[in-house]
Amino acid sequence: MSLDRSDVEKIAHLARLALDENQVEGYAAELSNILALVEQLEVADTDNIEPMAHPLHMAQRLREDQVTEPDRRDQNQAIAPLVENGLYLVPKVIE
Amino acid sequence: MQWETVIGLEIHTQLASKSKIFSGASIAYGAEPNSQACIVDLGFPGVLPVLNEAAVDMALMFGLAVDAQIGSRSVFARKNYFYPDLPKGYQISQFELPIVGRGSLTVDLEDGQQKEIGITRAHLEEDAGKSLHEDFHGMSGIDLNRAGTPLLEIVSEPDMRSIKEAVAYARKIHQLVVYLGICDGNMQEGSFRVDANLSMRPKGQQEFGTRTELKNINSFRFLERAMNFERERQIDLLESGKAVVQETRLYDADRDETRSMRSKEEANDYRYFPDPDLLPVEITEQRLAQAKERMPELPDQKKARFASDYQLSDVDATLLTQSRPQADYYEQVVATGADPKIAANWVTVELAGALNKAGLELSDSPVSAEHLGGLLKRIADSTISGKLAKQVFEAIWQGEGDADTVIEAKGLKQITDTGQIESIIDEIIAANPKQVEQFQAGKDKLLGFFVGQVMKQTQGKANPGQVNQILLKKLKG
Repeated sequence: MSLDRSDVEKIAHLARLALDENQVEGYAAELSNILALVEQLEVADTDNIEPMAHPLHMAQRLREDQVTEPDRRDQNQAIAPLVENGLYLVPKVIE
Repeated sequence: MQWETVIGLEIHTQLASKSKIFSGASIAYGAEPNSQACIVDLGFPGVLPVLNEAAVDMALMFGLAVDAQIGSRSVFARKNYFYPDLPKGYQISQFELPIVGRGSLTVDLEDGQQKEIGITRAHLEEDAGKSLHEDFHGMSGIDLNRAGTPLLEIVSEPDMRSIKEAVAYARKIHQLVVYLGICDGNMQEGSFRVDANLSMRPKGQQEFGTRTELKNINSFRFLERAMNFERERQIDLLESGKAVVQETRLYDADRDETRSMRSKEEANDYRYFPDPDLLPVEITEQRLAQAKERMPELPDQKKARFASDYQLSDVDATLLTQSRPQADYYEQVVATGADPKIAANWVTVELAGALNKAGLELSDSPVSAEHLGGLLKRIADSTISGKLAKQVFEAIWQGEGDADTVIEAKGLKQITDTGQIESIIDEIIAANPKQVEQFQAGKDKLLGFFVGQVMKQTQGKANPGQVNQILLKKLKG
């Protein structure tokens, strides 16, 4: 499977990556090569193999339902560009 | 043309845990903005989500309640999209291997029929934060307290064929999750959110029409209205030869209409993949068995038991089991020895009416189950008449004490002493010779007049049965 310009543009848009016009062809080739590499796995017979969701053969540890986090709003907001009345401010998201 | 409505619902229920699904921050409602958003919720570098076991157990209880397939392994996935109230740039949700698989729920329809609605799946996920679009100098304010709150999204099959069926299903799911104690059911606060997928097709056609998804619905009334509006809108489009566009539409309660979100995004492409931060969840036999043990009696089971144990009508059994607190209250009243049918009547009529009038919840009722039981006991043993019982109820409601205290203090004890009633009747007969003559001449209706006189004389305290009997005997004698 190989990717063309429009595939790369779409992927970049979904990931909110700004690509220069002249970078698109290069990424299309590189990403296609990665896909080709992965495609080699398709020769393996996986009919009776359960797909893995994680490389570790372990189960998720569960947490007890307890409130353990204190309010650290001031520290957390110290690195935010803009805050007001305890809210993070961002560029307006609806027209 | 005859049109058929096809509806499927996606219901987001906020789980009633103390802490978030992947962090130890509180999920209490109404806190100061961002005071309950910790570094895991904010997606700081280097943090790891750790799954809350309460969320898993609550999901399992729901699965058991709808007879769903529950696999031994469940996987979390990232749903990728960008929005300011989603700090990580992805929502942790489930895609393949949701915790609750295929199940079903039977709903009661208005015409007395029942219908089984398929449940496709129910999966765990984290909620996003809230965007506030008031004017912050042309910017939006973001509160991330809600980010990371555990949700169970319950997805139905497109099995509903009318708006009434869809509302009945939504109400039943609501009743169920509240019964299970896994969700507080508060729609105003967003603890129970219903999205409706609705499409139309010519009656008899097999394939589905193009659907729209309705969001922003925060009450059952609005759910019904939004679907009614959307149904008409789609029929108008189709009948004028236009096509329905597959899109998400927001319900505007003020204007009672649905509007396109006009998203500039192309078709949703969330690029789900298993979240590498979270290992697969193992649902052990032991965990499932524990969830089974925690299951309360479910609404349908309770209703059937009430109908058979207490010999109640279907209507009474349904009414009483509407909510767990009401069913529990009723059983406490019956436990005091009250007659089940009379108790049902008092709980569903007198008490419910008084609570409704005062705008109170049952949990705030000034009349406890023991008090009501005490009152019904005094009706049953003829200490007071049924008529005066309402007066006693009113006094208990006002905090004047239990039934016996009120009856004593107000002197409402019923007069059942035959001799006393006889002497009162004798006086009345002597004082009204004209009426006696008319009655004896055949004017039977005058019996009411005499009963009224006796009741007036005794302030309603004379036992009505005895009064009737003695009056007839004396007047005819």
